[in-house]
Amino acid sequence: MNRQLYEKLIFDYSRPGRRGFYFAEGDAPMPQLPENLLRQTPAELPEVDEPTVVRHYNNQSTNNFGVDTGFYPLGSCTMKYNPKVNDLLASDPGFAAIHPKQPAATMQGALQLYYELQQSLSEIGGMSEFTLNPYAGAHGELTGLMVIHAYHDHRGDSARTKVLVPDSAHGTNPASAAVCGYEVVEVKSLADGTVDVDDLRSKLDNTVAAMMMTNPNTVGMFEKHIPEIAEAVHAAGALLYYDGANLNPMLGVARPGDMGFDVMHINLHKTFSTPHGGGGPGAGPVGVRAGLEQFLPSPRVVKLADGSFSVDQHSATALGRISSNLGNYGVLIRAWAYILTMGCDGLAHVGPLATLNANYVMHRLKGLYLLPIPGPCKHEFVFDGLIDKSTGVTTLNVAKRLLDMGFHAPTIYFPLLFHESLMIEPTETESLDTLDTFCEAMRQIAREAAESPEVVKEAPHLTPAVRPDDTEAALHPIVTYKELCNK
Amino acid sequence: MSKTYFLKSHEYARVEGNIAYIGISKFAAEQLGNVVYVDMPEVDDKVEAGEEFGAIESVKAASDLFSPVSGVVVEVNEDLVDNPRLINEDPETNWIIKVEMSDPAQLDDLLSPEAYAEVCAAEKH
Amino acid sequence: MAHRYFPHTAEDVQHMLDVCGAKSIMDLYADVPEQLRLGRNYNLPAARDEQQVRRQFAALQNTALECFAGAGAYAHFCPAVVDSIVSRSEYLTSYTPYQSEISQGTLQYIFEYQSMLAQLTAMDVCNASMYDGATASAEAIIMAVNATRKRRRALVSATLNPDVIDVMRTYARYHRIDLDLIPEADGVTDLVAMEQLLQKGDVAAVVLPQPNYYGIVEDLSGVADKVHAAKALLVINSPASPLAVIRPAGKWGADIAVGDAQSLGMPLCVGGPYLGYMCCTKALMRKIPGRIVGATTDKNGQRTFVLTLQAREQHIRREKATSNICSNQGVMTLRAAIYLSLLGNEGLRQVNAISADKAHRLAAALVATGKARLAFPDKPFLHEFAIDLQGVSAQQLIDALVAKGILAGVAIADNRLLVAATECCSEEAIQTYVSTLENL
Repeated sequence: MNRQLYEKLIFDYSRPGRRGFYFAEGDAPMPQLPENLLRQTPAELPEVDEPTVVRHYNNQSTNNFGVDTGFYPLGSCTMKYNPKVNDLLASDPGFAAIHPKQPAATMQGALQLYYELQQSLSEIGGMSEFTLNPYAGAHGELTGLMVIHAYHDHRGDSARTKVLVPDSAHGTNPASAAVCGYEVVEVKSLADGTVDVDDLRSKLDNTVAAMMMTNPNTVGMFEKHIPEIAEAVHAAGALLYYDGANLNPMLGVARPGDMGFDVMHINLHKTFSTPHGGGGPGAGPVGVRAGLEQFLPSPRVVKLADGSFSVDQHSATALGRISSNLGNYGVLIRAWAYILTMGCDGLAHVGPLATLNANYVMHRLKGLYLLPIPGPCKHEFVFDGLIDKSTGVTTLNVAKRLLDMGFHAPTIYFPLLFHESLMIEPTETESLDTLDTFCEAMRQIAREAAESPEVVKEAPHLTPAVRPDDTEAALHPIVTYKELCNK
Repeated sequence: MSKTYFLKSHEYARVEGNIAYIGISKFAAEQLGNVVYVDMPEVDDKVEAGEEFGAIESVKAASDLFSPVSGVVVEVNEDLVDNPRLINEDPETNWIIKVEMSDPAQLDDLLSPEAYAEVCAAEKH
Repeated sequence: MAHRYFPHTAEDVQHMLDVCGAKSIMDLYADVPEQLRLGRNYNLPAARDEQQVRRQFAALQNTALECFAGAGAYAHFCPAVVDSIVSRSEYLTSYTPYQSEISQGTLQYIFEYQSMLAQLTAMDVCNASMYDGATASAEAIIMAVNATRKRRRALVSATLNPDVIDVMRTYARYHRIDLDLIPEADGVTDLVAMEQLLQKGDVAAVVLPQPNYYGIVEDLSGVADKVHAAKALLVINSPASPLAVIRPAGKWGADIAVGDAQSLGMPLCVGGPYLGYMCCTKALMRKIPGRIVGATTDKNGQRTFVLTLQAREQHIRREKATSNICSNQGVMTLRAAIYLSLLGNEGLRQVNAISADKAHRLAAALVATGKARLAFPDKPFLHEFAIDLQGVSAQQLIDALVAKGILAGVAIADNRLLVAATECCSEEAIQTYVSTLENL
């Protein structure tokens, strides 16, 4: 890329009179609206031609790192390969042109896909029914907690004001509970990262609405006391919520429903291969065990006696609407294509191979990086920085040095259980060659830390941007082009 | 003459007569790193002992601010609006709010500088 | 286990097991109690090859219709450049740009998107986006509750899209916010009733639509003063595209502007993914939910973009965060940025002018049949309007037009139809629409 020409914002190319699009039919008269309802000063949008727009955004994309660029061992994010046929099918005009309020008879295919994906996820989760409406994992958590709230309300049990969350949980768990109006109570973890069942028991009573968990948890350990936990939670009259962030290693092996979970969400952008899109759109379908279906949000896709599909816009017992329509439908298309392509025989190996890849990397590196919780791990594991702390090289330094070597960094400083958390999740779509090359890079960084620590501490050296000033950004926020010009 | 008291959550109250200057301790400022924003109440707002009255943010962390005493806010430190880093430079001079206390007896429930130093020493490990 | 998404050969697996000191992969699951294991394949069909999958999709029957429906989702034209660029996998397959050094592509387009939406809404600040216009509206109420400290009531105009109201109601119920509807008077918000409701004294937010559900552009003169006098915040919900031609939220004195930006280059796609936008005044910047991208410089003094003000967010503040949102609509903001770059202000103005012209001509022709009248004949509208049918039900008209490949609109009562036109509506379809009603 020629930086002088293309290291600009799209606004910088703007010249009065340039057009990137026009209508041959020309202008039309604006309807007569009272003057004070009309816009007086035009929005300052860029005026650019089409070739400039294309070059600008194509060049900018080369400053990005995606799964298609290279290995992305980001813990708890399941950055697996995003199949291209899924994108192709999602952009098919057969879906793209369908208005959400079309008569059901004219969108039977779209509703069938929704229904069959819903059924497939129910089989995979061991649940009775799913709603595919939630837009993201966090949105799924919120929806799931609302379902739980609606369930307790329906029973006339209004004393339940708390949600229990392990101290190792993702930040979204407590945040979702708070948005749902619950008080958050933390449950302690044991030294091996699993839930302290005694601490849990001491906090369970008739004021608890639910316990939220991932399994395996955020340190990649399977919560083997889950039957006991489920029993205790249910005995207290509360429900058990499964955060599907870490579902990938369980594919083909065990189902949340069989573990005793009552409500769960699945991140389709993790386990079911839909692209993360630089932050979204994702999808966070929510499943419930038998007896809770009636509380799922509207609208719901239902199958009628004649085999056709219909949209139930307002079911009486539903918790209400949590989305305008049927969720991020384009993401659902991709997930359904993935399930068809994998089939039951392919899905059976997803979890095991993801777990094998993670254990392999863990074994190759545990001589140099501190492994606070010995394995076997599931899909991911956590190092607490380098074993040799004398060099002063931190987890942040290691992560930034990996960028120089053409790898995305692992998740860092999460979970909060360790000071120097470095969380690695390779996923099942990475080859042995990739894992070996990554391990060699990690070993090289460990050698550099011992021999020339400054090289690591000053990393990255080769990236499009180098150590941005985050403090200045937060101290004097500049969040629009206009502010940038006025600086 | 002033006397300083602390909360376990690292806020101090420097008391002069019926007025308490409330800020965060040196230890807390160091732990937080570069402060980028202080969310403060307005003058005439009521604060309650042990209750939240604002928040303080660095780039990668944020903490709620708890009031050591009950009373009414008589002044907020406007200098912190444009220059929150003053807290890193000298957290004790750069108090956050000035409170007219409604119940000075509450001071008895707070930590002495010595007791607070022990809290910090314990947290370092 | 050969499958095209798995790189593992049998030798690879054996070698890896040896390194792990395990005999079989299932040894690595020794901690999963036997009774919890599935012990069988999922009850799903076996793997298909790509041709089979594509055939199965091709068998799904949907009918694409020439679209006169709106109600929040509009069939605007989208230039090919948009699809071409968003398909680049450097954008599509990246994660949230936490590692700013290798995410400048994503960070920069979000910054551009924020700048463009701030311009369109005439607000100071825009975040990196919300899921859709409805959840953005619900989050705006929560934001207002947090910003006004201890006030827990929201007033919502009954002329807002009912689906959006439903989502706000759901969020409000569980977040313990009282939600009161401001009644509608002749198709617009009853501002006298709003003033009375403001007397309750504990109102955090007043949420008004512009244009409203019926397509009417409401006169909100003086509203902001009344809302602010009651120490509440004014939230205005608008679909994004018409802001090029109508007075935007910032110019009505709004504190928060929200809405759906699907109209900026997103396909209808059965209802999603769309794009919720949220903008606010500088004063409220630190109360806004979701991500924000800011400009700064890097070690070499180069202009660089980063996620900023992160101390508001769930990964740092956990239960005290401004929201639980942990994503944004990513590539949808890229779509909007590219679309707006191509069209510019002039192109977007033209889209609205052509759409409105078609809508007004269609409305006049429908009224001229004698079988329809405008539901609110005295009220100004752009490209969407409500008609009341006479002697024929809305469903009958919809069915008759579906048979001719046309989606007539959205039935919002037995004989009331919400109709929208865009630049994509052909003159032939407009004629067919009118003649079909005539002959019913």
